[in-house]
Amino acid sequence: MTTKLPPPARKDPTRRTRLPTRPPGNRSREAHGLTAMAAAGRFALQTCAGCGTVQYPPRQICGRCLGDALEWRDVAPGGRLLAETTLAHSNDLFFRDRLPWRLGVVQSDAGPSMVAHLAEDCVAGERVRLALAIDRAGNAAVTARPETPTPNPEDDRQLREMAFEPKDRRVLIVDGKTGLGLALARGFADAGARAVYVGHAQPWRRSGNLEAAREIERASLFPLDVTDTQSVADLAATIGDKVEILVNNAYHLRMGGVLGRCDLNTAHDEMEIHYHGLLRLAGHFGPVMRARGADGAHGAAAWVNVLSAYALVNNPSLGTYSASQAAALSLAQCLRAELAEGGVRVVNAFLGPLDDEWHQLAPPPKLDPATVARRIVAGLGAGVEDLPVGAVAEEIFARRAENPKEIERAMKL
Amino acid sequence: MTARRLGYDGIVVAAPVTVPYARYSIRSAHWFCGRALAGLIREAGVDKAEIDGFCISSFTLDPDSAVGLMQHLGVSPRWLDHIPMGGASGAVALRRAARAVQAGDAEIVALIGADTNHVDSFRRTVATFSQFANDAVYPYGAGGPNASFAFLTDHYMKEFGARREDFGRLCIAQRDNALPVPHAMMKRPLTMGQYLDARPIALPLRLFDCVMPCAGAEACLVTTGDRARSLGLPCAPVLATIERHNAFPDDPIQYRGGWAVDAGELYDQAGLGPGDIDLVQAYDDYPVICFMQIEDLGFCAKGEAPAFVRERDLRTGGDFPFNTSGGQLSAGQAGAGGGFIGLVETLRQLTGRTHGHPVEGARHGLVSCFGMINYDRGLCTSAAILGRSDR
Repeated sequence: MTTKLPPPARKDPTRRTRLPTRPPGNRSREAHGLTAMAAAGRFALQTCAGCGTVQYPPRQICGRCLGDALEWRDVAPGGRLLAETTLAHSNDLFFRDRLPWRLGVVQSDAGPSMVAHLAEDCVAGERVRLALAIDRAGNAAVTARPETPTPNPEDDRQLREMAFEPKDRRVLIVDGKTGLGLALARGFADAGARAVYVGHAQPWRRSGNLEAAREIERASLFPLDVTDTQSVADLAATIGDKVEILVNNAYHLRMGGVLGRCDLNTAHDEMEIHYHGLLRLAGHFGPVMRARGADGAHGAAAWVNVLSAYALVNNPSLGTYSASQAAALSLAQCLRAELAEGGVRVVNAFLGPLDDEWHQLAPPPKLDPATVARRIVAGLGAGVEDLPVGAVAEEIFARRAENPKEIERAMKL
Repeated sequence: MTARRLGYDGIVVAAPVTVPYARYSIRSAHWFCGRALAGLIREAGVDKAEIDGFCISSFTLDPDSAVGLMQHLGVSPRWLDHIPMGGASGAVALRRAARAVQAGDAEIVALIGADTNHVDSFRRTVATFSQFANDAVYPYGAGGPNASFAFLTDHYMKEFGARREDFGRLCIAQRDNALPVPHAMMKRPLTMGQYLDARPIALPLRLFDCVMPCAGAEACLVTTGDRARSLGLPCAPVLATIERHNAFPDDPIQYRGGWAVDAGELYDQAGLGPGDIDLVQAYDDYPVICFMQIEDLGFCAKGEAPAFVRERDLRTGGDFPFNTSGGQLSAGQAGAGGGFIGLVETLRQLTGRTHGHPVEGARHGLVSCFGMINYDRGLCTSAAILGRSDR
């Protein structure tokens, strides 16, 4: 059983806040193939298309047949823990701050032996389940947990550094007036978040969702309008030093493309909420989150952007909306690079059409907001970086990987 | 059937030189190489220009290689080799140089293994050691070689039933051997209690299982027996050598090295067997690798080194003289110099010029080298047998 992590104590203002450091981040191009797999939550290793050899660490040539047709294929994640060590000494500042640190060599069922970060309950000689996580420097790292799950896996002291468990963390849901906002607030509360801050704009507009959010235990409501710089600044001044997971779920969707509806006002609103809204939030909440990336076991962990999968390929039926989502995605990549300095992860969730009033004309399948919330919370626990949510988003990911021109031609609601 | 290998008839090693070790130094690797060369010239009584070949091993010459070093040292050799094999460099340099001298490509080759150790230079060497280490080992705790050898030690203990005390016996015997050696960094006797209770580093490894990185140099000359005799130099003939890289790649974790492939050939070339060896210098950055060498070089069967060290006396005066100058575990690890410490000590023993206790009547010395943990295991192994000159 994983040792239970004590709930965070009240912060002692006389004690130094641990500064963020990052584990060694120097990786080869080939190794970033693993990062791509980790970002998608896959356990895939480099496999030779010629002779089928699975190899690790990654390289540019097959170590058996010398072929260069190397692919990333999902492989069995099982293995056996051959040897272990507990480091009491490290050459690196990140690990020095976190000693002792336990590592192992796992003989994977796929073939290669792999050095891995070990969960507390891994036992020498026993079976383990391997995974690719993303470490605090933003690179892939191999982790091993017992093959048979043990209680409290989310409390694992070491592997928490590579995931963003909401448990005992304080979460800001940017927009609580939508069905999605309510579902997210409930989802994070159910996942054990210590506090759920729920933002709400447009005080003149009543919202049943917000009223329901008010009833959630450990939830509190705050005015927050992402189109208003002062509003964002005010809330950051109030709770910015407490937010450990920020979920930017504000969205503004209206149907229409360019020629049929050259509507600059709608396009402006979309950009204002999706792009400038993200920029305002990042500018005011980002710096303090980056500074608190190593603030104890419950420090700032993740910034979640709830994006549309149409950020990846424009859907002409939602033409300007898609364009503003693409702008937000690009900005999120910038934010990812900057927050990485503090070890804070930017997670992008890519949604298919939601089952809400604005997606009235979108054909099914449409996403239940509760499902979206569940997937996002699970994705954070798994340490995933790019998260397709729902069948539509998953299909866009797959078709884009196969032939981006094909999906560009075929995309419509 | 491969062609029979040529012997090393008439090729000898001479002029053992050690540039005293320092835990940290403000000198460069170039300085240590230069002092080693000065030592060789003084020892051999030759002019600098008479040394016409160089075999260099160093991690810290950066941004230079052996080439730049030649201009630093003001020499114009007709034969130059750079052996980037760390701990395996000694016997490899020996066999390269022996063939060059045998073929007449060079007459006197200086073998130099040298490194400096600035504050923080070891960390930087480890942090950029290899692509596989950067990608798949160093980001995991940044333990460096301590962590890699902790895995091998943990596995060896579980697989073969070795106990901490067994490794302790080896470390204590080596420390005993180091006590009279003036340049050994650690010259206080080690007790079993101190060994077992030492500060944990990377469990199961504790402080006295780990070499201490330091600065220093080891060097010697390879030439013909005729030339050595004309210079009046005590020397040791080269009887046999082997090297192997990336042996047993399918072993899921390392419990044996390339010696297990090539030991038979080593003894055949020398016309000797393990029982004829009077002293052994084995690469000893961590005791577990000594156990593997004792097994793979045929002194006992696989997995029996723990019993072997319990039954035999590894001290210089014992029945299995092992790392007779104290090895790196007592002297410190002078980077690539660690790849030559065994060669230089064997030469001292066989020419009767020891710093510490001599092994009385020793006729055959075995040097075994190991290096380069590229990912999860050491890739390079080499070994040589030297004889006693009956001049």
